[in-house]
Amino acid sequence: MWKSARSGAALLCAVLLASACGGGEQAGTGAGTQDKVTLSYGVWDATQQAVMQELGAEFTKTHPNVAIDVQLTPWADYWTKMKAAVTGGAAPDVFWMNGPNFQLYASNGVIKPIEEQVDTSVYPKGLVDLYTYEGKLYGLPKDMDTVGVWYNKTLFEAAKVTPPADDWTWADFKEAAAKLTDAKKGVYAIGAELTSFQEYQYNTIYQAGGHVISPDGKKSGYDDPKTIEGLKFWTDLIAAKQSPDLKTMTDTAPLQLFEAGKLAMYWGGSWNVAEFTKNDYTKDKVDVAPLPKGEKQATIIHGVANVVSAKTEHPAEAWEFVKFLGSKPAAGILGKKGPIPAYNGTQSDWVAAHPELKLQVFLDAVAYAVPYPVSKNTAAWQEAELTHLTKAWTGEVPVDKAAADLAAGMNDLLAKE
Amino acid sequence: MTTTAGTRPTRAAHAASKRRFRAEALWGYAFIAPTGLGLAIFYLWPVVQTTYFSFTEWGAFGGHTWTGLDNYTRLIGDPEVGRALVNTLTYTVLGLVGIPLAIVFAALLNRPGLRGVSAYRTAFFLPVVTMPVAVAMLWRWLYNGDYGLVNQVLSVVGIDGPNWIADPATAMYALVVVGIWSSIGYNLIIFLAGMQAIPKELYEAASMDGAGSVRQFFRITLPMLSPTAFFISIVSVIGSLQLFDLVFVMTGSGQSARANPAYARLQTVVQLFYERAFVTNDRGYAAAIVIALLVLIAALTVLQFRLQRRWVHYV
Repeated sequence: MWKSARSGAALLCAVLLASACGGGEQAGTGAGTQDKVTLSYGVWDATQQAVMQELGAEFTKTHPNVAIDVQLTPWADYWTKMKAAVTGGAAPDVFWMNGPNFQLYASNGVIKPIEEQVDTSVYPKGLVDLYTYEGKLYGLPKDMDTVGVWYNKTLFEAAKVTPPADDWTWADFKEAAAKLTDAKKGVYAIGAELTSFQEYQYNTIYQAGGHVISPDGKKSGYDDPKTIEGLKFWTDLIAAKQSPDLKTMTDTAPLQLFEAGKLAMYWGGSWNVAEFTKNDYTKDKVDVAPLPKGEKQATIIHGVANVVSAKTEHPAEAWEFVKFLGSKPAAGILGKKGPIPAYNGTQSDWVAAHPELKLQVFLDAVAYAVPYPVSKNTAAWQEAELTHLTKAWTGEVPVDKAAADLAAGMNDLLAKE
Repeated sequence: MTTTAGTRPTRAAHAASKRRFRAEALWGYAFIAPTGLGLAIFYLWPVVQTTYFSFTEWGAFGGHTWTGLDNYTRLIGDPEVGRALVNTLTYTVLGLVGIPLAIVFAALLNRPGLRGVSAYRTAFFLPVVTMPVAVAMLWRWLYNGDYGLVNQVLSVVGIDGPNWIADPATAMYALVVVGIWSSIGYNLIIFLAGMQAIPKELYEAASMDGAGSVRQFFRITLPMLSPTAFFISIVSVIGSLQLFDLVFVMTGSGQSARANPAYARLQTVVQLFYERAFVTNDRGYAAAIVIALLVLIAALTVLQFRLQRRWVHYV
């Protein structure tokens, strides 16, 4: 009885764990043989799922014994789930990594550094640096993204505002914003988004000459008056009612408002191309312009890299796959259907895919791009950013006070890293 | 001779019955073993582990060091813990309104001669079988300040409704309404069962004595239902204190919940636990938060059992 109860429990555990362990159990026998191997590949972007499957199939053509299982976890849960999976030893063999999380994973040794000598000159330097920790490269850049101003041509015409010039400034932007706002029609110039720092606050902070974190990653830059100026850029827009207030944006995200013709401009990434060219409302109404110039020109550059789990049972195959994903042919496939490939010289396909849009804007921006600010536990101070800046966005606390509180809180967190 | 002959069988029978009793007990244990084991492995062991973890500090991907009472001292000084506790208790207390509401609906459904009782019962019970996440998504849309149905209806009568779940003044009430709406069906079914167990003779005797239906409700139905009400209040207080899914989806999912201006009024203890455990990698501290919650739940439940002597009537 005891024995059978125990085996029953074991069976139950096995059933429960089966879904989590998945492919990890198969083919534990040595690598390099002709055993069938299935590599799990963790990704978060549903719009890229098909391209990733295509790339997987392409890889299988040259490596017939390796099948790729693309596992999609929506962005909102991706990192939560990944952390649990890594802790439980069930991480995908290969998965997407981003800047804010990279140092956490690398410093804890849960992803494998690249041992082989690779030519990194084919990728933008900002991205190679982003995925280098203590002198070692951990991932090959897959794609890259910069930020631009998406705008609604119809609303610009209706307000008799000329489309943004390539060299427009903060002053030009503010002038246009005032003209584009039409309270009667419920149209705002822009949604001063709080939650997307990469597209909003970080850009204006660097444009104002401020900084988010010191280069050594030890000190917060939020008490720098120039940084605060970059934040005020947005809160001023809310105060002038040229942007919806935070309550409205909490109920309906700015992206949805833009796609409903309620916002004339939307600061967004190059990745928004897929969305805006598909959406019925925006597909023939939008174009894109560079970000306006403040004290200097700046845009945040970021890109996703493919990394290999330290616990993978097939390190050789996983590395082959990552190498393939970082290669020129893979970049060619990606560029036609997805984001901007990171591989230099393959980006023109991406621009050519939509001749109706000025996509060259995103490539030109690389010249003055600033890397996405990160440290070892980026998530901890990103939470603090929201906690403190929410109060500035609602107007409950003046911006400089909120920024000072944030700087203090962030410095405490950085000291603990 | 006769005596010994008489006692020996008795002793033997006694021993035999003792053996039989033991054998039966063994079988009993054997039969509850699967459940018992499941409970031990999936409930008790995690509680023991979590208690241990609450005295440790964790790395992002496992590995921990003993830090003694550090997490608990930090807990006491953490303003977010206090705030989450106040929010959770507010939700719990306001949520108790659902109990009298469920009794009233149950009494209406229990009226003799009412047609289509099962249809009503199903309608009330539907939210209970719907996934909380789906319920929360639905209400998020209903509550939308600009496009939500609630404000559309209000605008017909000339009221400009607020952004219900993004406005610190209304968010908690909006949440409580959803909480009551989704739990009323369950409570109602239990109360209906309770009402149907009240002997008919009591009502017959009361009407012979000239008591009307209102008086019967207050003098017979309510007191006879008090054990049921006690059970419901225990269950719903525990449920409210553990509130997570509803508030997690309604405030916004993941980190963006903190960008909700009403977040300071909505954040619950379990939500704070979630953030510490899964967002900022502070698992030891997260464990301390839930252990504190466990203690609070236990204390409130004991208190309720003490207080029941004053108002619960057992027949």
